[in-house]
Amino acid sequence: MEDSVIEFSLDGRSGVSPYLQVVRQVRHALRLGLLREGDQLPTVKDVVARLAINPNTVLKAYRELERDGLVAARPGIGTFVTRSLADASLAAHEPLRQDLRRWLAKARRAGLDEESIEALFTSTFRATAEQDIA
Amino acid sequence: MSAVLRAEGLGKRYRRRWALSDCTLDIPAGHVTGLVGPNGAGKTTLLSLAAGMLAPTSGTVEVCGGRPASGAAQLAKVGFVAQDTPTYSRLSVGDHLRMGARLNPRWDDTLARARIERLGLDPAKRAGKLSHGQRGQLALTLGLAKRPELLILDEPVASLDPLARREFLQGLMEAVAEHGLSVVLSSHLIADLERVCDHLIVLVDSQVRLVGDVDTLLATHHRLTGPRRDPPALPADQHVVSASHTDRQTTLVVRTSAPIHDPAWTVGQLGLEDVVLEYMRRPADGQRGSRPAALEVLR
Repeated sequence: MEDSVIEFSLDGRSGVSPYLQVVRQVRHALRLGLLREGDQLPTVKDVVARLAINPNTVLKAYRELERDGLVAARPGIGTFVTRSLADASLAAHEPLRQDLRRWLAKARRAGLDEESIEALFTSTFRATAEQDIA
Repeated sequence: MSAVLRAEGLGKRYRRRWALSDCTLDIPAGHVTGLVGPNGAGKTTLLSLAAGMLAPTSGTVEVCGGRPASGAAQLAKVGFVAQDTPTYSRLSVGDHLRMGARLNPRWDDTLARARIERLGLDPAKRAGKLSHGQRGQLALTLGLAKRPELLILDEPVASLDPLARREFLQGLMEAVAEHGLSVVLSSHLIADLERVCDHLIVLVDSQVRLVGDVDTLLATHHRLTGPRRDPPALPADQHVVSASHTDRQTTLVVRTSAPIHDPAWTVGQLGLEDVVLEYMRRPADGQRGSRPAALEVLR
């Protein structure tokens, strides 16, 4: 059998359920262009044997990715990537990173330490998300 | 959802002491169910009753649609690996397999031999000369080669080192992926259960304190920290599991399926261990905890 392109890992301390960790790792790899259309995801049995996790967890993750139209299962063969997430927004990353760097430098000059910066970012992020919902 | 194990008012008494009393629960088929709880909660008694190693004093238990140990057909449906993964120390690995083949009508000899070979166990070696991890793997091999509908494991990895534990659970999960059997296992090692179980039951004093899909339990429990306030002011869909206060600050563990929008709260995720501990230390409704409460607990 062909070697799969990515391997999953689990963070036991994160409080994020194992199934969601698998989903996020696939989406992350798709976004970074690490996984491309046509690539095969590791088989359920491979993931189970490697990570000692419940097969239902892997199946649930793959089903969710399938529902989102990112992968398709070919019965008896495996699960394959059908769509990439490395879209046009990838091009926007670099300028945004530059902006963020400038902003971070400004925050440091104003005397904020790392914790204050993180707290400010998180609270602003949450408040904005809140406004978007309201 | 069909149940692979169903207990109703189940109890077991040794002389004057009830090891399990009035236990009622359903364990769904097709899942790997973790059973956790403090020592003395009745886990081992419940599992032994389900395997037919003990007879109930009161109530009923049904396993794979039948009464435990009611006949050869029933015995073939249920595999049981007792605490400390027992083997016969004077018998060789090969003897164990031959005995398994004689005693079990659905014995899968190919599976058993393939597993032993893959594990690198010498068939001529006596079980007493094996390491803890190897003995555990031998017991698991016997339990799997029996090809049961339900495999019950009582604290199977408690005495294993981390590597042997991981290998044991890998073997178990591979078998679940391949044969689709239902599994019930008890353990204190919640980090392990978080990986291998998709269903969880917290048993305290013979009673089910918490039950649900692991993913759902993780997704619906949150720790909220913020300025002190009275919990009754929370939205109706946020159920308080525990609360503690200082003069200025309130820390809550809440269960809710809706997102938390209140910007006053800092929202934290709870690992499965934290969730389980919250329910283990929480006194049952209408009942006082005998231990001094570490938290100010609200009902």
